[in-house]
Amino acid sequence: MSEMIKVGMADLKLCISPNAITTLGLGSCVGIAIRDPVTKIGGLAHIMLPDSTKITNNQCIAKFADTGIAELVRIMVEAGAARNRLVAKIAGGAQMFALQGRSEAMAVGARNAEAVTKILGEMKIPILARDTGDSYGRTVEFFPETGDFVIKAVGRDIKKI
Amino acid sequence: MSKIDLNNMDRMYFDILSEIGNIGAGNATTALAQMLNTKVDMKVPKVELLEFSEVGEAMGGEEQLMAGIYQIVEGDITGSIMFLLEEKSAITLISKLMGTPEVDNAFEFGEMEHSALKEIGNIITGSYLSSLSTLTNLKIIASVPAISIDMCGSILSVPAIEFGAVGDKMLLIQTEFSDDVKLTGFFILVPDLESYDKILSSLGM
Repeated sequence: MSEMIKVGMADLKLCISPNAITTLGLGSCVGIAIRDPVTKIGGLAHIMLPDSTKITNNQCIAKFADTGIAELVRIMVEAGAARNRLVAKIAGGAQMFALQGRSEAMAVGARNAEAVTKILGEMKIPILARDTGDSYGRTVEFFPETGDFVIKAVGRDIKKI
Repeated sequence: MSKIDLNNMDRMYFDILSEIGNIGAGNATTALAQMLNTKVDMKVPKVELLEFSEVGEAMGGEEQLMAGIYQIVEGDITGSIMFLLEEKSAITLISKLMGTPEVDNAFEFGEMEHSALKEIGNIITGSYLSSLSTLTNLKIIASVPAISIDMCGSILSVPAIEFGAVGDKMLLIQTEFSDDVKLTGFFILVPDLESYDKILSSLGM
């Protein structure tokens, strides 16, 4: 019997097939699902901010794109995933509120998605699919068995990427 | 160095922030009563300092549909304020205010309902901020409101990210209003750390 593992905000967890992993209500945060297609070892991180080095209070490593992704990869490799086979799918990074003349302050979602893209690029982890941006929240489910990344949003059709 | 560390908040600081929440919610209730032209009772607000991962749960689950009204705060303090209303409460409030039948789903709200909710948020946060301003003698100005009707977790990501830049916890003030029906709303005030200091030192702390 497979299990659905839940990842909270500023959190990350390992998930090995046949289990699946989910995080609920991603807004401006970004969900990063990483998988080794051979061992079917996967994991999901729910990051809130782009860069831990810009902030003094940075003990919570799952909160930041840089430290969160590095930690997820570390625990996946420790569990037996091959570092050079890892592939990623990402979702979230929405702009939840639109305030006139404040687009800079409101664009934190876009900055998160950008940071995640850059970090995965630097780590040579290809992004196979993405569903980022726009202005609505997303719940995601990731299945390391198939690599399916299912995205649910209020009032929209379920998407599989 | 800031006097406040949100992860190790002193009991007295916490009590003061709670009390501001209390007074603010009282004023907000009066404003709501005037707007609806009925008597509105308010329960003592519940103030909690929560881990990010607990906030969604505390508000009834990350996937619960909510209306969030968000405003940027400027003046002597900077930050943001958000008022969140449970879907059912938003539907009831809109129906009362506009004299229309209750819709099934807050996602069906149109432009008009969004404007009305923004205005409700504006009035409620306005009365909250004015009590804070009176108490502290600080000038506090709120921007025009923006609205999002979506999953609670998604809406919360915005103040959580702002909080996230300073600590691993956030301050949530839950208020329950009732006239003949119960309305549940939440306040989240996100001053930056310097503003926390300003608020507390202006109160003689």
